[in-house]
Amino acid sequence: MSINLVIFSLLALLMIVSALFAVASSKIMRATTLLLFVLFGTAGLYFMLHYTFLGAVQITVYAGGIVVLLIFVVLLLGKGSVDVTQTSMRRYLAGVVTAMTGMAVTIYLINTTQFAQNTVDPDGVAMRELGMALMGTEKYNYILPFEVMSVLLLACTVGAILIARKK
Amino acid sequence: MIDFSSIVTAVDCFLESAMPHQLAIVVKCILAAVCALVAYLSFAILMIYMERKVCASFQCRLGPTRVGKWGLLQVFSDVFKMIIKEIIEIKDSDRILYNLAPFLVVMSSIITFSCLPFARGLQVLDFNIGIFFIMAASSFGILGILLAGWSSSNKFSMIGAMRSGGQMISYELSMGLSILTLVVLSGTMQISEITEMQTKGWFIFRGHIPAVIAFIIYLIAGNAETNRAPFDLPEAESELTAGFHTEYSGMGFGFFYVAEFMNMFIIAGIATTIFLGGWAPLYIPGLEGFNHAMCYIPGSIWFIGKTLFIVWVLMWIRWTFPRLRIDQVLVLEWKFLVPIGLINLLIMTICVVMGWTF
Repeated sequence: MSINLVIFSLLALLMIVSALFAVASSKIMRATTLLLFVLFGTAGLYFMLHYTFLGAVQITVYAGGIVVLLIFVVLLLGKGSVDVTQTSMRRYLAGVVTAMTGMAVTIYLINTTQFAQNTVDPDGVAMRELGMALMGTEKYNYILPFEVMSVLLLACTVGAILIARKK
Repeated sequence: MIDFSSIVTAVDCFLESAMPHQLAIVVKCILAAVCALVAYLSFAILMIYMERKVCASFQCRLGPTRVGKWGLLQVFSDVFKMIIKEIIEIKDSDRILYNLAPFLVVMSSIITFSCLPFARGLQVLDFNIGIFFIMAASSFGILGILLAGWSSSNKFSMIGAMRSGGQMISYELSMGLSILTLVVLSGTMQISEITEMQTKGWFIFRGHIPAVIAFIIYLIAGNAETNRAPFDLPEAESELTAGFHTEYSGMGFGFFYVAEFMNMFIIAGIATTIFLGGWAPLYIPGLEGFNHAMCYIPGSIWFIGKTLFIVWVLMWIRWTFPRLRIDQVLVLEWKFLVPIGLINLLIMTICVVMGWTF
């Protein structure tokens, strides 16, 4: 058994177990913390694939940003009001059906797709190439999505200020 | 100058020849982890002793003198005291998160520590986006603080954690901006390359005005990131007892304590790496004899010396200035440091494009 397989299995186990407990836990704070471990596992997978940039972005944005925001929201809402109580049978069934459908679609897609093999440089993608692709105007470059995202973020900021200002 | 990569390669060859490849990788990982942990703990002991002595001299005291010669064994007796303390169990608290929180803080701190280049080739983690990885790894330490404050079920801890969250998220921004300014100058994010480039002049001299501005912003933001005075609102003793770690005793508290000191060391280490040349000796173009003499001092001594100098400056600030109010802290960041940082980034980019750097 190769060392990569062992690390992958450990990461996968960590992600699956944390994800299951995150969904099953009735305490919102525990669920958030377990979500953090799922995100760490994802970052670990990116590092395994030598895509170090995406791995670091995963940790910065999700672990350092989104989860912190989630915890902030929980803290501001107060302690008693946020723990999940028993839900009704109909919701339970709807959840199970949705999850099963999602899983079926994913498994179908994985089985029918031809994955590219070994196209990534083992040393990882050079930072310069990534930057050029993000900012380039040619084919398969991402200047337009990048700028659209910045407009979206600006709109969010303006909206937040509007809500936060008293009058 | 000694190149540590030759020693590392020798160990690597020995392990590869002595055992199968897979086992060798495992053994190497364990060896690297043990080395990083031992270095982490040694520097933690050094930092705590230094803090006591520096603080004492700023307040015209002597500091610890009784345990061992010059109080050298004080830290060890403190640790011993901490270990034999009773572990408190808090009513109505989430036990799992309460126990997890210190580990998150210390984990983030150790991962960041292992990115520091102590000498040429003497570095645990080194890959193409090193400096960005440092930012990423240090960004989740704050989760430990938030969880600690929440799971203590104590309103003062909670206020401390909230303050800490707001403060650390804010100051991460200007820290990132000043690091980015230097990445623009160096053109790479790999830590070993950044240091290697500075053997021909430290970046604070080569980047002149924008680099100096970035250095000052970095020191202010770094001081705020470590939650030390004048930014110690999260644990303001006079208002919140001890903030987020009020309810911790024994080694739970010990972890927060060690992580705080080591974060200061790490902040100073990063500042050394990107501004003051890391392990690179002082280089003055034109003075070949002087440069040659400087190269006889080992790189690790340069690195540790420069880092401890910045640590000393941070301690000086810590024992000199009074604590800010929370609104002053946030105003300082959002209305002053971030705009200055953005403009500074622009100036640095113009300087690099026009070739106005040395």
